[in-house]
Amino acid sequence: MISFRVNSEDVVFEGDERTPLLWVLRDHSDLTGTKFGCGIGQCGACTVLVDGRAQRSCITPISSIEGRSITTIEGLATSDEELHPVQTAWLEYDVPQCGFCQAGQIMATVDLLQRIPNPTDADIDAQLTNICRCGTYARIRQAIHRAAELQVGGGRDV
Amino acid sequence: MSDTASLAPVTLSRRQFLVAGTSATGAFVLGMPLPNLLAGDDSTERQLGFFIEVQPDGRVIIGTNQPEIGQGVRTALPMLVAEELDVDWDTVNIRAMPLGLIKTADGYTWKYGGQGVGGSTGLTSNWDFMREVGATARQQLIRAAAARWNVAPDTCNTEPGYVVGPTRGARLSYADLVTDAAALAVPEERPPLKAVAEYRIVGKHHKTIDARDIVTGKAKYGIDTRQPDMRFAVIARSPYLNGRPHSFDDSDARKVDGVLDVFEIEGPAPGEPYQILASGVAVVATSTWAAIQGRAALEIVWDRGPNANDSSDAFWAENARLLDGKGQVVVDDGDFDAAMTGVDTVVEHRYEVPFVNHAPLEPQNCYAFVEADRCHIIAPTQMPAGAIQSAAWATGLEPEHIHVEFPRVGGGFGRRLTNDYVAEAALISKKTGWPIKLQWTREDDVKHDFYRPAGTHEMRAGLNARGEVLAWTQRLASASKYYRRPNMPDENLWEAELYPDDVPRNIVPNVRLEYFHNAIGVPRGSWRAPAHTANAFVIQSFIDEVAHETGQDPLQLRIDLYGEERELAYANHGGPTFNPGRLTRLLEFVADRIGYGTGTPDGRGIGLASHFTFGGYAAHAIEVEVSDSGDLSIERIVAAMDCGYAVHPNAVEAQLQGGTVDGISTALGLQITVKDGQIEQSNFHDYPLARIATFPSRFETHILPYDETPTGVGEIGVPTAAPALTNAIFAATGKRIRRLPILDQLKA
Ligand code: FES
Ligand code: FES
Repeated sequence: MISFRVNSEDVVFEGDERTPLLWVLRDHSDLTGTKFGCGIGQCGACTVLVDGRAQRSCITPISSIEGRSITTIEGLATSDEELHPVQTAWLEYDVPQCGFCQAGQIMATVDLLQRIPNPTDADIDAQLTNICRCGTYARIRQAIHRAAELQVGGGRDV
Repeated sequence: MSDTASLAPVTLSRRQFLVAGTSATGAFVLGMPLPNLLAGDDSTERQLGFFIEVQPDGRVIIGTNQPEIGQGVRTALPMLVAEELDVDWDTVNIRAMPLGLIKTADGYTWKYGGQGVGGSTGLTSNWDFMREVGATARQQLIRAAAARWNVAPDTCNTEPGYVVGPTRGARLSYADLVTDAAALAVPEERPPLKAVAEYRIVGKHHKTIDARDIVTGKAKYGIDTRQPDMRFAVIARSPYLNGRPHSFDDSDARKVDGVLDVFEIEGPAPGEPYQILASGVAVVATSTWAAIQGRAALEIVWDRGPNANDSSDAFWAENARLLDGKGQVVVDDGDFDAAMTGVDTVVEHRYEVPFVNHAPLEPQNCYAFVEADRCHIIAPTQMPAGAIQSAAWATGLEPEHIHVEFPRVGGGFGRRLTNDYVAEAALISKKTGWPIKLQWTREDDVKHDFYRPAGTHEMRAGLNARGEVLAWTQRLASASKYYRRPNMPDENLWEAELYPDDVPRNIVPNVRLEYFHNAIGVPRGSWRAPAHTANAFVIQSFIDEVAHETGQDPLQLRIDLYGEERELAYANHGGPTFNPGRLTRLLEFVADRIGYGTGTPDGRGIGLASHFTFGGYAAHAIEVEVSDSGDLSIERIVAAMDCGYAVHPNAVEAQLQGGTVDGISTALGLQITVKDGQIEQSNFHDYPLARIATFPSRFETHILPYDETPTGVGEIGVPTAAPALTNAIFAATGKRIRRLPILDQLKA
């Protein structure tokens, strides 16, 4: 039995302890905002925050999550009205096309900006390795810079 | 693309079938009537194939009938309706409409018009229709107001959400008029449409309708489907092209906690049309992970089938062998052979374009629940009508008993024109009796696809002493996309691979196109901008080579070839005509923006390309730097598109950005190869889609409007990116890339 928190709620999982966090979130907790894209840690569509740090949930066995605190895309905004600055920047630049990668891109960016509050283009190139099949990279880049501005202005922690 | 002909939809001619009515909640509804309703089904929403609903509180709901695969059609089509209806865009709510196939005494018909997106037609085929729907509703509201005021309708006008009368202060909100408007019959004559200059919504920048749901994780895709009692399934498909399970041992698989059932799935016989892609073994479980674990525990002995010796090496060798012989001549303008004997210079090269995978980021999946007399499908699809057919094939049910829902789709790129995964899910549900969610893994998707066809192109041109191209040939040996299509004669296989009216036909006097088919056992299908990706790469590379080898400037040679603005015949999709002068305009624009011809430092170079795709025009200028050790860096991208009129400029820009990324990503590193009858790649580690670091911050996109007729935009931006990149590499290094993908060719 594995106990942990997801978006500030207690969760208990009693199945196979090797089950990746991704499938626990999606099939067990019905939190389908976290997406499955590759299952091998390559694409980042499944990125969530584990104790505040980005992690690819498809290669994270649930056994490693005992006692940890998970934030998924559903739990990122403070409320329906008050979005996280990264989400706000994503809307300002209208980043999504199909949208399937975007939860992962946003979670990875939240982590990036915690570590590097004002990233250069080179920082973004080195740090953001999520795949967008639709090719929204130009807008992602603009939105990351914008989110950095918003966080400096509005600054808050996750 | 699935063949939908057997459903033989009755074409409802549009205007005369629009009717008005009232909904159960008192709203004014305008839509298409349903002939021969099922008895007892009498609510107006059901009777009308609804497009517009004006509610008594003034809210406006507009229905969208096309699958949203990320191309923005769910925003663009309602913009057209709202514009003509004359309402404020921010009062509009959008509602997705389900698939509206119904059976009438005359056959099947589409309650909401044809539903399917591919070939960049989602917008263009609905451009007139959606505007007329909006304008018709506006006319109803005007006539209702005119009747109240006892004035002639043509003395009234509208402003957003209101009808305004001829007398001072006469003004009624649409909300006040819903009941009256619903009671009026829709007149026969077409309503007048606004002039483009009057547009307040169309042609302006609007945000994507579902963006907020996407960034908060609320948007639902097919993969997110949850239904009562749903079981989860995966399939172990034959890794051998046209192979099948010889025998299998499922004892370990059945021991996996949660595994409920294991059974064989029979795929098509070799050479037969594909209803599903492959034979295999299905595993059904209580969760996705349990199904995946159960599959991993299967012991399957494969019958390797007739293609066990297929390989990429043999494929390319066979292409070369074919090209040494004589093929099927499909275009023969002028006298190519005679012209070639008189020319001053001959340029000749061969190019290779690989098989590639679609890899939409949402892996294939489908929910199916088959019961004795009905079937419910929820699937990410570009072609919902094809989903009905696939489910009908799998279940034996009549199409009208198959209910298809198509939620937002996590990428299409042509993969989801085919609904093989719908058939698979329906087969599994039928066999087990359970509601089934079939999930493909990424490995399934990379190893089983309708891949973009691969081919070897031999190009030859003859020029006179003035550097004018007098004769041109393209000889293509390829694996045609039309392979294994039902009712497809061999002599038509070329039609999917060569688009005869592409440049330089009707420009160069002697043109010959020749085709050779290479029937390797790799399934193939439509990949974004199908054969234009290969042909634009080859033609735009070869023009560059001709220029360099005859001492001409690549930009000037293109301008000389394209010539003045004029309409040339173009029989393929995107015709009936093509104006090469529009390519010149785009080329000159991107060349100017990037500073072409002003000189670049050592190790840097600028490449150009332009092409006409499905009615739209695009050009790219790309600047690269290549280090001494062969490291490539893209320094700058300038992309331009002429899509006639841009209905939804925000989405046009997004499609041009995305198309550019797709073209470059694919050219840099993507290929599907075959060895011992099996696909060699399996996931993103060996099918490496480009990431953000590949693309420079200096990445501009420009829309150059031309006239008042919109073209589709989803595919137009892809084909020219690859040749602009490889032309830039040549300009920087003198190294010509004639084989895609580029991979480490610059290191050699
Ligand atoms: S699904 Fe986890 S990285 Fe791709
Ligand atoms: S928006 Fe479609 S994969 Fe990124």
